[in-house]
Amino acid sequence: MQTREYAEPRRARATPASLPADNLPVLRIEPSRGWVSLQLHELWKYRELLYFLIWRDVKVRYKQTALGAAWAIIQPFFTMVIFSLFFGQLAKVPSDGVPYPIFSYAALVPWMFFAQGLNQAPTKLVGSANLITKVYFPRLAIPIAAVLSGVVDFALAFLVLLGMMLYYSIIPTFNALWLPLLLLLALVTSLGVGLWLSAMNVRYHDVQHVVPFLTQFWLFATPIAYPSSLLPEPWHTLYGLNPMVGVVEGFRWALLGTATAPGPMIACSACIALALLVSGGFYFRRMEKTFADVV
Amino acid sequence: MSDIVLRVEDLSKQYRIGGSREAYKTLRETLTDVIVSPFRRASKLLGGRGGRAAQLGETIWALKDVSFEIKRGEVVGIIGHNGAGKSTLLKILSRITEPTEGYAEIYGRVGSLLEVGTGFHAELTGRENVYLNGAILGMKKAEIARKFDEIVAFAEIEKFIDTPVKHYSSGMYLRLAFAVAAHLEPEIMIVDEVLAVGDAHFFSKCTDKIRTLNAQGMTIVLVTHDMWFVQTLCSRVICLEKGHIVAEGRPREVTGAYLNMIKKSQDQEDNETAELLKSEAAKILHFQVSPQGEWATEKEALPDSGITVAMAFKVNHFSKVKFLVRVTTPDGLPYFTVYSRLIDTPQSGRVECKATIPHLMLMPGEYFLWGSICSHKGEQQILAEGNAPLFVKGNEETASKYSLFFNKAQWHICNSSESS
Repeated sequence: MQTREYAEPRRARATPASLPADNLPVLRIEPSRGWVSLQLHELWKYRELLYFLIWRDVKVRYKQTALGAAWAIIQPFFTMVIFSLFFGQLAKVPSDGVPYPIFSYAALVPWMFFAQGLNQAPTKLVGSANLITKVYFPRLAIPIAAVLSGVVDFALAFLVLLGMMLYYSIIPTFNALWLPLLLLLALVTSLGVGLWLSAMNVRYHDVQHVVPFLTQFWLFATPIAYPSSLLPEPWHTLYGLNPMVGVVEGFRWALLGTATAPGPMIACSACIALALLVSGGFYFRRMEKTFADVV
Repeated sequence: MSDIVLRVEDLSKQYRIGGSREAYKTLRETLTDVIVSPFRRASKLLGGRGGRAAQLGETIWALKDVSFEIKRGEVVGIIGHNGAGKSTLLKILSRITEPTEGYAEIYGRVGSLLEVGTGFHAELTGRENVYLNGAILGMKKAEIARKFDEIVAFAEIEKFIDTPVKHYSSGMYLRLAFAVAAHLEPEIMIVDEVLAVGDAHFFSKCTDKIRTLNAQGMTIVLVTHDMWFVQTLCSRVICLEKGHIVAEGRPREVTGAYLNMIKKSQDQEDNETAELLKSEAAKILHFQVSPQGEWATEKEALPDSGITVAMAFKVNHFSKVKFLVRVTTPDGLPYFTVYSRLIDTPQSGRVECKATIPHLMLMPGEYFLWGSICSHKGEQQILAEGNAPLFVKGNEETASKYSLFFNKAQWHICNSSESS
């Protein structure tokens, strides 16, 4: 038999009517024109959603896979093996005086984090079509969560990096304290480009096909398989326009003590990355209003 | 402060034709457009045709100049045909898509439930999905944790809460999803047609929950096709048609108008086939409904009033016929049907009858009364029929509003302290 519950006093406490009426938020829904603000305060209000989205991505990513989270390690590790074999052994690419395997792996760890964010952001946004068309929340949360969830994979791959340093008995210097900032730079770059690509991908699914190609191209435009010192000077500074150059060189400098601090280059990288992030954010917000109609 | 929680002014939404979505373009198309269109436009101008003409007919107003206000504590139903703009309206109010013109002002937090189980992930367990779905709907983690037991109890899936939802039956899935949504506590709840699924027990549980929430002061806006639901739950109804509001007011009046509208359009379709058969087989000559016993007014019956239906037909081909009288809801759901015995058609073909129903036993509301003549096959072969609306008025002291039928009881109340 069913029971009916009519307004119980116990629950009445939680009713909105008990709120002072003047405190009620007023929301005005109207057509927006052109560029709109980023609404970061709203994103902050939805931080728990962001947390849950990241948590879901992490939790689901390796569900029903035989190897589980080991995939986070397998990918950079075997790329490193292949690089060591072909570039290190056969092509004898110089490696700034450290063993080639750790030279390339130290670069691959931040690179994989960056590439994963870049690949996940556009697909996650289109993949969340059912969310976007059914419920309101700051859409920025999706690409941000896609990029941030890569931090877990990064941490796992980083543990292997520490293991390899132990194996090659390389002792990190105090410069390693810069690592969080370097990771942040990788994150900002990844998110900046990710925002541009994911906003475009909603309208033009072509982007999805461009991203893997772009990633591959970018991989070779970044000194991962080779040291940046291979490049002659005028190009070397220009190289910093690619923010991942700063990140990768920074990682090697901080952990392996190669070369000198990538000072001016990293400043250049940081500026570019920030510009990408801010412009990406505004572009995303501008395109956002059409998402539900187009996706 | 004003009592208005939602104000909509001249709200309009325009879509490109091609479904409810904007036209899909590939990057290549856009690029070629960019290159080609200046030439195309130029050639059009040279040809004397403005570029505008081509754009005409490419767009559609899913919603046009819709204005209304909703007061605190109202339950407003939105009805209309498919494609009338109901979902577009809800999508704008829940901020999923932007209006093209006009504005809406909302005073208070909005919770919207356009789909049950949005964001559920098949690989996650029931418990995990409650948290995820709650967060997506805008609840705080602490709030979900506080209500968690209540949610699980409402969904009746205590045993399976740690099983991945991909192993759930669709009923369990739905119950859990609705349970989460029902524990949102916004000032204004926007609900699309989500209750249409699920079994009867769950449906009544949901409607009870909606009543409870409303009794606590929540304003509810819901889209539904279920007229019974509208009549029992809503305090006001808005009927949309082709993006405009065509009727607004008390449920009984608006649903009546809406269903008449449907009937008219259906009648036009059916006319060619059914009318042909009817006109050839038999013809209605006379149809009259008159009060029997006590009525509230001349036009309105009381729940237990009686009626008399007098009708006359001209029968052409059938030698044996019978009469039937039927009372239905305005949308045609039968409440009762009574038959006469089978009679022989006289030579002249003219048959007359009078049916008296001493007690209607109907709940207050709007009904349709049908008088028909049919062959020996009964209602499967109706030859001709007439109908008239029937209004039943009543006081709610003697019977609950939430019942299907009216009845009376003779009460003998024995107060134990007095009788001993």
